Amino acid sequence: MKRAVISASGVSHSFDTGPTPVTVLRDIDVEVYAGELLMLVGPSGSGKTTLLHILGRLLSPSSGVVMLYGKNTQALGEEELAALRLKYFGFIFQAYNLFPVLTATENVMVMLDLLGVSRQIARERARELLKSVGLGQRLDSFPSQLSSGQRQRVAIARALAGDPKILMADEPTAALDAESGLRAIELLQMLAHQQERAVVIVTHDPRILQFGDRVIHLEDGQIAERLATPRGPSPLHAMGAL
Amino acid sequence: MSLGKEIGLATRQFGGRSGVAWMRPSLTLLIAWRNLVHDRVRFAVTIVGIAFSTILVGIQLGMLLNFLHTTSTVVDHAGADLWVAAHGVPSVDLATPIDGRRRFQSLAVEGVAVAEPYLLHFGFWKRADGIRQIVILIGVEPGAEMGLPLTLPAGQSFREALSSPDGIIIDRLYAEKLGVTGLNQLVEINDRRARVVGFTDGIRTFTQSPYVFTSLRNARSLLGRTDNLITYVLIRLAPGQDPATVIERLSARMPDVDVMTSREFAANSQKYWLLTTGAGISIICSSLLALFVGVVIVAQTLYASTMDRLPEYAVIRAMGGPRWYLYKIVIEQAVIGGLIGSVVGIGAVAVLVYLGRNMSSPPLFPAWLAVGIGAVTVLMCVGASLVSISKITSIDPVKVFR
Repeated sequence: MKRAVISASGVSHSFDTGPTPVTVLRDIDVEVYAGELLMLVGPSGSGKTTLLHILGRLLSPSSGVVMLYGKNTQALGEEELAALRLKYFGFIFQAYNLFPVLTATENVMVMLDLLGVSRQIARERARELLKSVGLGQRLDSFPSQLSSGQRQRVAIARALAGDPKILMADEPTAALDAESGLRAIELLQMLAHQQERAVVIVTHDPRILQFGDRVIHLEDGQIAERLATPRGPSPLHAMGAL
Repeated sequence: MSLGKEIGLATRQFGGRSGVAWMRPSLTLLIAWRNLVHDRVRFAVTIVGIAFSTILVGIQLGMLLNFLHTTSTVVDHAGADLWVAAHGVPSVDLATPIDGRRRFQSLAVEGVAVAEPYLLHFGFWKRADGIRQIVILIGVEPGAEMGLPLTLPAGQSFREALSSPDGIIIDRLYAEKLGVTGLNQLVEINDRRARVVGFTDGIRTFTQSPYVFTSLRNARSLLGRTDNLITYVLIRLAPGQDPATVIERLSARMPDVDVMTSREFAANSQKYWLLTTGAGISIICSSLLALFVGVVIVAQTLYASTMDRLPEYAVIRAMGGPRWYLYKIVIEQAVIGGLIGSVVGIGAVAVLVYLGRNMSSPPLFPAWLAVGIGAVTVLMCVGASLVSISKITSIDPVKVFR
C-alpha cells in the first residue's frame, strides 16, 4: 500500500475579509502520494488554490489536520514552516516570479543559496538543471530576454534545485501556448513518474487534465468529484497530434 | 524523530537560522547590488542624495570642529597647567579683570613653580583708510614662559620682537583685514601708536577679532590703563605636583577667584560658545537636519526598491527562505548605497576643505572625522532600511499565487 506524502483530513478554511468570515474550504480530505501527478481543478472561487496553499504549508487551515510523512505540522511556527517548505517542497508559480535583475542561472542559484550550498557548486548545479530543462543556450540570459515558456522552465529548474520530494504548481500552463504547455506538463509528469516525486497542479486548463494520475474536482469549497485516470499517453504523444 | 526536531536539523543543515549562516557569504550581496543598479536613475539619485547629506554633515561638523578649536585656541596653546581667573568667567575671551597681586599670591602656594600675568582685552584697531576693527589685545611679559604664540616663524624671537616699546605681533591671516602690508608698519590701537614687529602663522580667532600679541607693559599702554589689573594668572606646576591638590590650595588662598586646569578652561570656553550662544546649537541642528535629509532620501529609495521587489521577496518566503535572508538583502543594499555615497561625499568635502584652507574660519576635516562621518552615513542608511524591513516582516508568501 502506498504511503501518503501529504495527508489532509477535515480541512476547512475561512477568510476574515469583512464582518462575516468567508468559508472557502469545507471538511476536505486529501492525500498526496509520491510518484503521482495530482490535479486540482474547479471553477474560480472553488477553493483549489487555497487548498494548494494549505497542502504546501504556505497557509494553516482554520480547522483540520495536515500531516507530512505521517507527522502533524499544525503546531509549527512561521519560520519552522518556512524551513519545512525549503526541505520538502518546490513551488512553480503562475507568474514565474523570477528575479528580473538575476540571470537564469542566478535565479536557480537563489534556491541553492537558501539551502546553504556554496556558490561554486550552486552555479554548477544550476547550469546542469537549466540544461536538463532545455535552456543550455540561455544560461546567462535575464528573464526579460526569455520567452514565457523559457521563463517557466527556469521556474521549474529553480523549484527542482533543492531536489524536493513534492512539487506544487499553480496554473503552470496558463501563460503558455499549447506546445510550451504540453512540454511543461511532460516535464512535470516525468518528474512524478520517473523520479518518484509528488506533483500537485492547480489548473483551469482542460488540455492537460488527461495527463494527471488523479484529478480532484472542487466546487464551492468541497470535493465534488475524484477521478483516478489510468496512465495515458504522454504529452509528447499529444503534441504529435497537434 | 519529531517533525519539529527534523525541521530544526534541516534548518541548521540548510543554513536556516543559525548565526553562522547569517554571516555566510551568499547571493544576497549580488541581489542587493543588482537591485540598486537596476534602475540607474534611481541609483544615481540615491548616491547623490547620500553624498549631499555627507557633504552637509561633513562641512557642518568641520565648521563645528573649527569652532571648538578656535574658541579655546588661546588656552590650548598657552602652555599653562592652571589658569586663575575672575569668578564666573564663562570663556577665555570674555574675562573680567583681577588684581595683579594674584600672581604673587599664587607663587606663594606650595606646588606652583611659575606664575605669570596675562592681560586680554578688546581694543579698536584703526586702519590707514580709517576703518576700525575690533581686535583682542593679549599682553604677556617679554620673558614669559607661557601664553606666547607658538607659531612664530623661524628666525623670529617673540621676546626680541616685544622688547621694542610699541611692538605688536599679528597673524598673517588677518594682515589684509587689518591693512598691514609689512613689518615695521605703524598702526593705531585705541588711538595710540603701535608697530608691527612680527607675524604669527595660523592663529585663528573664533570671534573674528584678530589676536594682537604685545608686551604686558605695551598692552596696558595701548589700553590706557594705569592700574595693576590683569586678566589671568597662568601657572606652571612644580614637577610631580597633583593639579587637583594645587587647585585646592590656590582656592583656599584666593577664595574669590576661579582656578581651573587648562583642559577645564578650554572645555568651559567651548561649552559656553557652543551652548549659550545660538551658533553651536545652530551648527548641531544643521548637522542633524542634514542627517535627517539623508535618512529620508535613503529610506524613500530603499522603500521604493523593496516595493518593486515584493513579489520576488514573497517567492523567497514561499520557497522557504527565512526572513533574515530578505533583511540581509535590504541591509546590504543600504550598506552599499551608504558606502558609495559617503565615499563620494567625503571626497567632495576633502576637496572643498582644501579649496577653503585659507579662509579665516575653514572647516577642519581630520581623518577621524571622515571615517566617523562615513560610519554614521552607513549606519544612517541601515537605519533608513528599517522602513523597508518592516514591510518585509509582514510579507505574505501566499501573495505570489494571486
